[in-house]
Amino acid sequence: MPVEVETKSMTIRMLEDLHRALQKPLEERRWGMVIDLRKCVGCNACTVACKAENNTPPGVAYHVVIEEEIGQYPNVARRFLPRPCMQCEHPPCVKVCPVNATYRRPDGIVVIDYDVCIGCRYCLTACPYGARSFDFGDFYTAGHTPEVAAYDTNPSFEYGRLHQRLPGRLNQSPIGNARKCTFCIHRLEKGMLPACITTCLGGARIFGDLNDPKSLAAQMAASPRVVRLKEELGTEPSVYYLL
Amino acid sequence: MRKRLWLILAVGVIALAFGVVGMMDRLRFGLLHVGYGTPIPWALWVVFYIYFIGLSAGAFLISSLVYVFGFKQYEAIGRIAVFTALVSLITALLFIWVDLGHMERFTEVFTRPGFHSPLAWIVWLYTAYFFLLVAEAWFLMRRSFARGARQGGLKGGLYRILALGTQEGTPADEARDMRIVRVLGSIGVPLAIAFHGGTGTVFAVTIARAYWYSGLFPLLFLVSALASGGALLTAVAAFIIPNGYQRHRELVISLGRLLLILLLVEVLMEVAEFLVSLYGTAPAHTAPIQEQLFGPNWWIFWMLGLIGAVGLPMLVLVTAGRRSGLAVGLVALLSAICFIGIRWNIVLPGFALPELPGLEYALVEPHLNYLARYTPTIMEWQVSAFAIGIALILFAVGYHLLPLEKEPSTETWQRQEVSR
Repeated sequence: MPVEVETKSMTIRMLEDLHRALQKPLEERRWGMVIDLRKCVGCNACTVACKAENNTPPGVAYHVVIEEEIGQYPNVARRFLPRPCMQCEHPPCVKVCPVNATYRRPDGIVVIDYDVCIGCRYCLTACPYGARSFDFGDFYTAGHTPEVAAYDTNPSFEYGRLHQRLPGRLNQSPIGNARKCTFCIHRLEKGMLPACITTCLGGARIFGDLNDPKSLAAQMAASPRVVRLKEELGTEPSVYYLL
Repeated sequence: MRKRLWLILAVGVIALAFGVVGMMDRLRFGLLHVGYGTPIPWALWVVFYIYFIGLSAGAFLISSLVYVFGFKQYEAIGRIAVFTALVSLITALLFIWVDLGHMERFTEVFTRPGFHSPLAWIVWLYTAYFFLLVAEAWFLMRRSFARGARQGGLKGGLYRILALGTQEGTPADEARDMRIVRVLGSIGVPLAIAFHGGTGTVFAVTIARAYWYSGLFPLLFLVSALASGGALLTAVAAFIIPNGYQRHRELVISLGRLLLILLLVEVLMEVAEFLVSLYGTAPAHTAPIQEQLFGPNWWIFWMLGLIGAVGLPMLVLVTAGRRSGLAVGLVALLSAICFIGIRWNIVLPGFALPELPGLEYALVEPHLNYLARYTPTIMEWQVSAFAIGIALILFAVGYHLLPLEKEPSTETWQRQEVSR
C-alpha cells in the first residue's frame, strides 16, 4: 500500500491550520508554538522581524535568541534558544498585576491593556522567562542624531490598534507600560502567521492551534523529544522546544 | 521652634531644593533617566519605599505597646510614634508613586483592583492603615487641641480647627478617648502586621526569583520593620525630645534593650536565610547571597548592614548602652539610617541572575543591559532627596505644631482630680 507523503510547504500548512482555527470561536483555539532547536541556526531573523513588526523601541525586546557556548576552545559548540513569550497557561505575570491590566485571553495569549497598566513592573519581576520589557521612553535616534528618524516614530499595530510613540510625549502609552510578545495577535486576526514564524530561515518555528489535532503545531508538540522551559514552576508554557 | 527641629527643617529644605530638578525631570521625562531597566525593574525608589514602610510599621507597632499592651514606660513616645508612623507612611507612598510608569493611573488600584496581586492587597491595607493612623492620632490629641485652642495665634487657630468642635472634657472623657485609641490600636496591630508582612509577600510570591521566594521573607520584613522603626523612635526619644536621653534615660535605655532583642532576631533570621541559600549549588539561590557578600556593592552588606545597622549597635547596647542614654540614642540613630543597606539587599540581589542563563548576552540596549551594574542616576538621587526632604519638613513642622510630647496621662489626670 502506498504511503501518503506530506509534500506541502510547512508555511502553507501552518497557514491552513491558522485559517481553520480562525473559523472556530475564540475560546476553542489555543495558540502555541513549537521551536525545533536542531533547525535553529541562531540568525536572529526572528528577533529582527519582531522588532520591525512591532516597532519596538530600544530596551523593549519581545523576542531574543539566547546563545550558549559549550565546551572549551578548541572543542566548542554553540546552542541557540529563541525566546518569545511563553504564553503560559498559568502566567505568574498575570496573577501579580494589581489592576488587572494584563490577562490571558481565552485563546491562550497573554495580553496587556496599555490604557490600564500603571507601570509598576511587578509583572517584570514575576516572569520567570524575562519575557516582559518596560518601555522607558527610549528612541534609537532621539537625542543621538539631529533629527528623529521616521522608523523611530512609526506606529505599531499591536492589538489591532495604532500606537504611536513620540519623543515629546513620554507620558503617553505604551511608554511607561510593561510590554510583551503577543504572538502577533494583530496579524493572526488578519489570517497571517506571527512575524517570527514567517521569517525563520531554517523552518525551525511552527505555530498553530494546539487544540486542533490536525495542526502541525499540535502534532509536533506531542513529540517525545519536546521540552518546555522551567516546567517545574507549573506555569505550563505554550511554547515547546524540540531537542 | 527648637534648634533640633530647625536643623531637621533646614536639612529637609536643602534636600528638597537639591531634589526639585530631579522631580521636574521625573514629571517631564517619565522614567527615561533612571539607571534601572528591564533586567532590574525595581531599584532605589523601591528600596526607599520598603525602608519607609518598614519604619512606619515598626513605629506603629511600638506605639501599640503603649496604647494596646499598656506598657506605660513608653508613654512619652506614644504620640510621637503614631506621628512618625504617619510621616513614614506618606513618604513610602510618595516613593512608590514616583516609581510608577503612569503616576496618574494610581487610582486604578482602587477602581479596578486585581485582588490576586499582593500589591493590590497592600495598597488597600495602606489606605485603611492611613485612615486608622489619622483617626488614632486625632483621638489621642483632640483634648490637647481643645485645650490648646485657648492660646491665641496660629497654633491656637490650628488647634481650634483640628479639635473639630471637641470640648476640653473631663478626665472621664479622656479615659473614653483612650479606650477608643486602644480599640483603634488593636485593629492597627494586625493591620500593620498584614500590610508589612504583605509588603514582604509582594516579594515572597515571585516564583521567578529564588532569593525572594521563601516563607521567611514576610517574617523577615516584619522583624526588620520593628527593628528599624524601634531604632528610629529610640533616636527620636533621645534627641528630639529636649534633653531626651537625660530626661527620659530610663525610657531610652529600655527602648535600647527592646532594640537589642529585635536586632538579635533579625540576625537570627538573616543567618538562617544565608546558610540555607548558600549551602546548595543552585546559582539562583547562591548568587544573590554571594553578590551581597562579595559583589561590587559588598560594602552595603558589610558596612551598612552588618556593622552599621546591626553589629555596632548591638555591641554598644550590651556595653555602654546599659547605662548611657546618649550611647543608646547614637547607635539607634546609626542603626535606623544604616537599615537602608539591609533594604537595598532585600531588593537588588533578587536580580543578581538573569531569568534564563545567557539572556544577558542576547540583546544589549539602553534600559536592557543585564551586564551593566546598576548605579542610581543623579535624577534618582534627586527624586529620593525630594521625597526625604518632604518627610523631614513634615516631621519638623508637624512636631513643632502638634502636641506630641507627653502630657499627663489619663491616670495622672484622674489622680490629680482626686487629690484636688
